[in-house]
Amino acid sequence: MSEVLVDLLKILVFPGFIFLSLYSLFVEYADRKLYARFQNRVGPPWFQPFADFVKLLGKETIIPHEADVKMFRAIPLFSLAAVCTAFLYIPVWGVKSLFPFNGDAIVVLYLLTIPTLTFFLAGWHSSSLFACLGSVRTLTQLFAYEVPLFMAVLAPTLLAGNTGNWSVSGISAFYGSHPLLLLVNIPAFIVALVAIQGKLERVPFDIPEAETEIVAGAFTEYSGKLLAMFRMSIDIEMVVVASLLAAVFLPFYPAGGPVLGFVIYIVKTLAIVFLLSAVRATMARLRLEQMVAFCWRILTPIAIFQIVLNLILKEVIKI
Amino acid sequence: MSRVVVPIGPQHPALKEPASFTLYLEGERVAATNVALGYNHRGIEKACEERPYIQDIYLIERVCGICSHSHSTAFIQAVEEIAALEVPRRGAYIRSIIGELERIHSHLLWLGVAGHELGFDTLFMYSWRDREVVMDLLAMITGNRVNYGINTIGGVRRDISKEQSEQILKAVDILEERTKFYIKLATEETTLIGRLAGVGSLSREMAVKFGATGPTARAAGVKRDVRKDDPYAAYSEVSFNVITDDHADVLGRTIVRVMELMESVKIIRQLIKQLPDGPISVRAPRKIPAGEAISRYEAPRGEDLHYVRANGSEKPERVKVRAPTLANLTAITHMIDGGYLADVPIVIAAIDPCFSCTDRMISLREGDRGTETLMDWEGLRNYSLEWYKKNRGIDMNKIHALR
Repeated sequence: MSEVLVDLLKILVFPGFIFLSLYSLFVEYADRKLYARFQNRVGPPWFQPFADFVKLLGKETIIPHEADVKMFRAIPLFSLAAVCTAFLYIPVWGVKSLFPFNGDAIVVLYLLTIPTLTFFLAGWHSSSLFACLGSVRTLTQLFAYEVPLFMAVLAPTLLAGNTGNWSVSGISAFYGSHPLLLLVNIPAFIVALVAIQGKLERVPFDIPEAETEIVAGAFTEYSGKLLAMFRMSIDIEMVVVASLLAAVFLPFYPAGGPVLGFVIYIVKTLAIVFLLSAVRATMARLRLEQMVAFCWRILTPIAIFQIVLNLILKEVIKI
Repeated sequence: MSRVVVPIGPQHPALKEPASFTLYLEGERVAATNVALGYNHRGIEKACEERPYIQDIYLIERVCGICSHSHSTAFIQAVEEIAALEVPRRGAYIRSIIGELERIHSHLLWLGVAGHELGFDTLFMYSWRDREVVMDLLAMITGNRVNYGINTIGGVRRDISKEQSEQILKAVDILEERTKFYIKLATEETTLIGRLAGVGSLSREMAVKFGATGPTARAAGVKRDVRKDDPYAAYSEVSFNVITDDHADVLGRTIVRVMELMESVKIIRQLIKQLPDGPISVRAPRKIPAGEAISRYEAPRGEDLHYVRANGSEKPERVKVRAPTLANLTAITHMIDGGYLADVPIVIAAIDPCFSCTDRMISLREGDRGTETLMDWEGLRNYSLEWYKKNRGIDMNKIHALR
């Protein structure tokens, strides 16, 4: 009985939902502040994301007449639930995640696809012109970045082999004990960093919500609590993706107990957020067809190269 | 594939002023465009005809919030020509200095807007930060950041002191350095060039045919600049190049604008160096003798044309303002058609449109018959009363306050 309670606490409080929500707000602050400093602006105070969230909660929720009310209300919840679930399989302070099982790396990647699909459905069920255009773009973009992202994140598992068990914790454990092999995965790390800009819909891949073209894309008709939920799930998605990359590509866990491990986790995720903000600040938005071409012609070949390299290292050279 | 109709405007995040672009999309490409203006008509020409010349200067200055000096200078030049006033050389020099500072501020503003349209907000923040340097200069010289109020018939109202000249030269050095950075950016940044090159093509022939002016025409290789072709103020006494480019697209327009910043810096240095001594204005009569004149001015967005007809009284009989946007606007459907939806905002922004400056009265044409209906004030009032009665069921005549 008490075991169930502890598990519930882990899921709901730490490192689950509540910690995740608060940390995601902090990461949003870090991102906005860094972005502002890159642009020579002052940037927001530390509580700004939280204030924005509370303010959105207090706003009127408007649902368009033509929208499908049930879907319109349910979709943000799906998005939030999917990203929170994905986090349960990613290690935070040690090598082990909360509930690891063989093959959870693939589950995490699929859970991370759900928010993108909910964005598409949200736009589609809004029955508004700009929302529909945004959702079509979301889906087109999904087919472009998803392939290199999957290949890049799963390439390290090939090298980890049976030790890895295709689970995030397994990969972390393997590379934790063979840190030099991480250097092999640097191309995959770069591909993953670029591809998640597409997943998170940030410059240069913020095509689905390009405000100067299609207003707010799929979220055009969303407001109030529902929009707050979406914003929250995007923030959490960022934390989850940063944690995933940290676990797969930067698994450094020096002995020193959970507290030190936790501090290192924060440093690693913030470092990845720093890289993401730097990319966002130094580029212009691409066009949809340029983005698709870039993902298929440049990112995918690099990811394939990484897979071939890892297979050769594993099967021929037998590291 | 069926066509999707996308309304850009009258209210849209990409537009800084209301204007309506109806796009007919086939996939992500634009098959046809319909442009409708007329949301900003302010009756400014008519208002000018009801006021004395000296008040008109301040009214005309408010035609545009960015190239305010261009409009007031163009208007004053026409009035001075009718009244046969000779502007003292120092006055002409100061006019040119303000004109070039205004060009710098306008081009930097455009660069920021273009960056924002492309989702490149860092460029927006950088160029608007640097724009503050020139805004501060303008505030120092004229007392205002936007509507300078320095022009008056027969010269200018404020002199530039020796200390101010030094400060201008200092600030211009900073601007030159920053401009070099922007030139590097516009010619080297990959994503920026990827978004600008080949977008919104307007060939040399089409630019001439549509009568495009300013950077839009010069980016297509049309070497046309009023400062060179028909020098006014002090431009005949300085040397500078007319920047042209043969990209004939949005990239070309960007390059022309950033290179023009360098030319403006060059002109300001020469003007300050050669600034002659003497009075800054001559006394102008209250009543301007009968006559008419056309005046041209190279505004940051292109050729600005003012026509004034005087009838010997203290008010003009007719004032006509042709803002540069009107000349460039005709080419815009040509530039948008066949391109991507994603490029529409930057193509519109690339002519540096100023719809409020452009809007004039619209006459209604009935179909193909060519008959025009012009409404006077009373007719317009009756039309609106009828419209509300018919469409909204409100009889405005019954509302006491409106009677």
